[in-house]
Amino acid sequence: MDTVLEAAGLGKQVSSPEGTLAILTDVTLAIRRGETVAVMGASGAGKSTLLALLAGLDESTSGTVTLAGSELTALDEDGRAALRARHVGFVFQSFHLVPSLTALENVMLPLELAGRRDARGAALEVLGRVGLAGRVGHYPRQLSGGEQQRVAIARAFVTRPDVLFADEPTGNLDAATGERIMDLLFGLNAETGATLVLVTHDLALASRCGRVIRLDAGRIVGG
Amino acid sequence: MSSLPFVLRSLLRDLKSGELAVLLLALLVAVASLTAVGFFTSRVGRAVSQQAGEVLAADLRLESAREIATSYDDEAGRRGLAVARVMSMPSVVFHGEDSSLVALRAVGAGYPLRGRLRIADEPFGEPRATGSIPQPGEAWADSRLLARLGVPVGAKLSVGSHEVRVTQVLDYRPDQGAGFGDLSATLMINLADIAATGLVQPGSRVSRALLFAGDTDDVAAFRDWLKANKKPGERLQAIEDASPQIRASSDRAGRFLSLASLVSVLLAAVAVAMAARRYAARHLDNVALMKCMGASQGFVLRQTVLQLVAIAVLVTIAGTAVGYVAQAGLAWLLRDLIRADLPPPAATTAWLGLVTSVTILVGFALPPLLQLKRVPPARVLRRNLEPPPLRYAAVYLFAIGAVLALLYWLVRDPTLVSVVAIGIGGTFLALALGGWLLVKALAPLRRGVGVAWRYGLANIARRGRDSVVQIVAFGLGIMVLLLLALVRDDLLENWRASLPAGAPNYFMINIRPDEGEAIEAFFGERGLPPTELVPLVRARLTAINEVPVSEIRFQGDRAQDFVEREANLTWAASLRDDNRLISGTWWRAGDGGGPRVSVEQEYAERLGLKLGDTVTYDVAGEPVTAKITSLREVRWDSFQPNFFMVFSPGVLEDVTGTLITSVHVRPDQRPALVDLVRQFPEVTIIDLDTLLSQVRDVMDKAALAVQYVFLFTLAAGLTVLLAAVQATRDERRYESAMLRTLGASRRVVFQGVAAEFTALGLLAGVLAAAGATVAGYFLAREVFNLEYAPDPWVWIAGIAGGALLVGVAGVLAARSVVTQPPAATLRQAQ
Repeated sequence: MDTVLEAAGLGKQVSSPEGTLAILTDVTLAIRRGETVAVMGASGAGKSTLLALLAGLDESTSGTVTLAGSELTALDEDGRAALRARHVGFVFQSFHLVPSLTALENVMLPLELAGRRDARGAALEVLGRVGLAGRVGHYPRQLSGGEQQRVAIARAFVTRPDVLFADEPTGNLDAATGERIMDLLFGLNAETGATLVLVTHDLALASRCGRVIRLDAGRIVGG
Repeated sequence: MSSLPFVLRSLLRDLKSGELAVLLLALLVAVASLTAVGFFTSRVGRAVSQQAGEVLAADLRLESAREIATSYDDEAGRRGLAVARVMSMPSVVFHGEDSSLVALRAVGAGYPLRGRLRIADEPFGEPRATGSIPQPGEAWADSRLLARLGVPVGAKLSVGSHEVRVTQVLDYRPDQGAGFGDLSATLMINLADIAATGLVQPGSRVSRALLFAGDTDDVAAFRDWLKANKKPGERLQAIEDASPQIRASSDRAGRFLSLASLVSVLLAAVAVAMAARRYAARHLDNVALMKCMGASQGFVLRQTVLQLVAIAVLVTIAGTAVGYVAQAGLAWLLRDLIRADLPPPAATTAWLGLVTSVTILVGFALPPLLQLKRVPPARVLRRNLEPPPLRYAAVYLFAIGAVLALLYWLVRDPTLVSVVAIGIGGTFLALALGGWLLVKALAPLRRGVGVAWRYGLANIARRGRDSVVQIVAFGLGIMVLLLLALVRDDLLENWRASLPAGAPNYFMINIRPDEGEAIEAFFGERGLPPTELVPLVRARLTAINEVPVSEIRFQGDRAQDFVEREANLTWAASLRDDNRLISGTWWRAGDGGGPRVSVEQEYAERLGLKLGDTVTYDVAGEPVTAKITSLREVRWDSFQPNFFMVFSPGVLEDVTGTLITSVHVRPDQRPALVDLVRQFPEVTIIDLDTLLSQVRDVMDKAALAVQYVFLFTLAAGLTVLLAAVQATRDERRYESAMLRTLGASRRVVFQGVAAEFTALGLLAGVLAAAGATVAGYFLAREVFNLEYAPDPWVWIAGIAGGALLVGVAGVLAARSVVTQPPAATLRQAQ
């Protein structure tokens, strides 16, 4: 299987009142197409920063990231945005739905941004797939946490991304709902053949992934 | 990525959710306020242009204070031109014991040669055009004159020693001039009647005009002939000369109203900036999310700009419509002052709305919205990631640039722009400083009040900058209204009170010198106070220091006006009590110093005259030259006959002039005046009380129009308040939930909000009252030379009005925030 996401010598430093702080140091990894990977570690271990760098949301201070054959670290903000539009989907802990848009409009958003004409049909189809066909006209505040996350998952998959990044996707949900959300996530992942990179504290969740990468103080300690 | 459909959809969503409501409202107020004034000014301007062709009631008009020779009529007749004669003069008409000052116009056959008269059957009735003029023995009267005398059509009026019957109401004459008309009502009679009135005597204040009309080429040729052959003192007017002057006066009034509306625009712009900042802050997360999904910076920028363009178009249409409706109100308020039918405004005026909204959006809304482009996409993972902070210097530069551009576009006069910009800037700064001090002064009060007030006052202090902006916005609006409503009246009252009891209340002009003694005797017989008859000679200034005035460039319209008009000259042996010498020396009897003149100082300043200069007047065709030997200050409000130019004795005595005087007549002595006019018909009596009440009437109407424009300022103040409430909405919601969780009842939370806004309103009222008092004091002392006693009503009205207005508006705006159940709010805040 070919490599879809690769990091080499990746580092991130920020300046703080106490001097320079290294959040990530010399991270090197390669993730193959279709693989499911969990990134684990304690709070402050650098999980979210790694996710941000791998997805091109943030700029590294050293090293390179290659996503779907393009070197992210060589691109500017707009170049990275274009790459994200083509290859990446996101699911967040706090869902990040746009409160003024309905469930349908939220799912249509990435397609509209990509200028796709069939946004509505595609969004309706995915919403049906996540079991929300009857609630497409509801606003986020009218949906439960589990439903909101399902909308977010539908939004992530509607563009058929090569890589799906998920940041603590069950962190704000109770155990049973979290379980159902993960079933949905893994199910869709298997169906579409996407690569899943998942940041989590949850061992049970991590154990469903093909590979676990452990971070401690910004360095990979296992995986 | 195709932006437009997406932008329109997201704009629609924002509109539906009310996110943009305050921004739209503020912009709407700005556009409506400027276009209202713009449409109105355009209508007046077009009325002026439309009537420019008939403003002379002829193609060519020869005017003179003296008899115009009939040889001109003959020459014009030979050239195939139509001719008509007109005479006009100020006079007094009587109906029983009631009298009124009128502009008497006697018109001859053929008048008007261009344009048509309009008459009606009853006062303020439906007018119709007519081709005729009043027949001998008839008169056509202005509605205002009939209203003032309280008489119907058909009434008989005494004009000098003649009696005429009013047969029609005069609605319009072409040469009345559009724009802002004169004070006196018109009475039109037939020229054939003028001799019978006995009003025209040597030296009386009569203006005669000869009107010509015909083919363009004939008129042009005749004009050249007239130029070569007319006598000194005869003034030739063609259409090209007449209209710029009228246009200038209506332009000035329009510019003033535009500047007044600019204040609302500035406040609305502040509200737009506040609303845009809040909009940007609320959209940081969404934009980060969109970037996360692949939206480029360019896309975000395009989206922002396109959204602003859509808003500009939307508000321009709506605001211009509101402005159009509002201008009708302005036209209605000023209907008596604009003596013309107003045509619809020029379509191009609508551009004003677009320019206003685009300028405000670019200057005030764009900078905060541009920040959205720079939101880091990683904000989706860490909410504390913000775009780089706004560069305030750049933002303010943008805003100031936008305001100056708009200002320049409105007034098109760089000097005026700088003066106004400095004035507005200074006022805003002074008010902001005052507001800041007031907010600071609230701190010690917190200890002595209950929980609701403490909470309210704490809020004002905590939101310091926003509080100051709101106080200034409302303070400014209320201040202007106080100035116009109360301080103006106070000034007028103070001025009246400053006049000595028994000051003259009637002027008498046009007294023939040979009747002087008879008039003095009449006064003695009827128990009127003895009076001083002052000689008056009319003359035209022809040269200063032997340079013809036609070759001198004078500064300002007023000076030009002084030079073009016939001047009133007098002579005196001694300096009057109400005159004070400020430089030079007065003459002594028989000092052999030759012809000398003493000049009123302001007049001297306008015309650039100095001690030692010589002035030459054309007095009845003879040049008279005198040297300026003193400058005087004159107390005009003594209501004694006073003059700009007082000559030394022995210069003008031989010229035929008239006498004038002023006298105090008690109400019970008024019948004597009727007898006086019957006995001396050519004497014109001017009732100062009536004149003053007419002046006041004009001032009231003008003030009402300005007040009307400043209502937009209050509306703009309200949008600032709404923007401030909106900006603090989330904070307030959270605080009120916290307070209620801690056990506060809804009532207490509500009272706290009410206390906050009432206190803000109180502060705005204090600021407004203080500002109005200071402005009143300054106007009284520096401009009108009056003592100014501060009016307690200014403070009562200002403070109570401010507290009520802001209190109610604030509570209404913040109501929904405090009525939400606390649990929902706290859950959302997580």
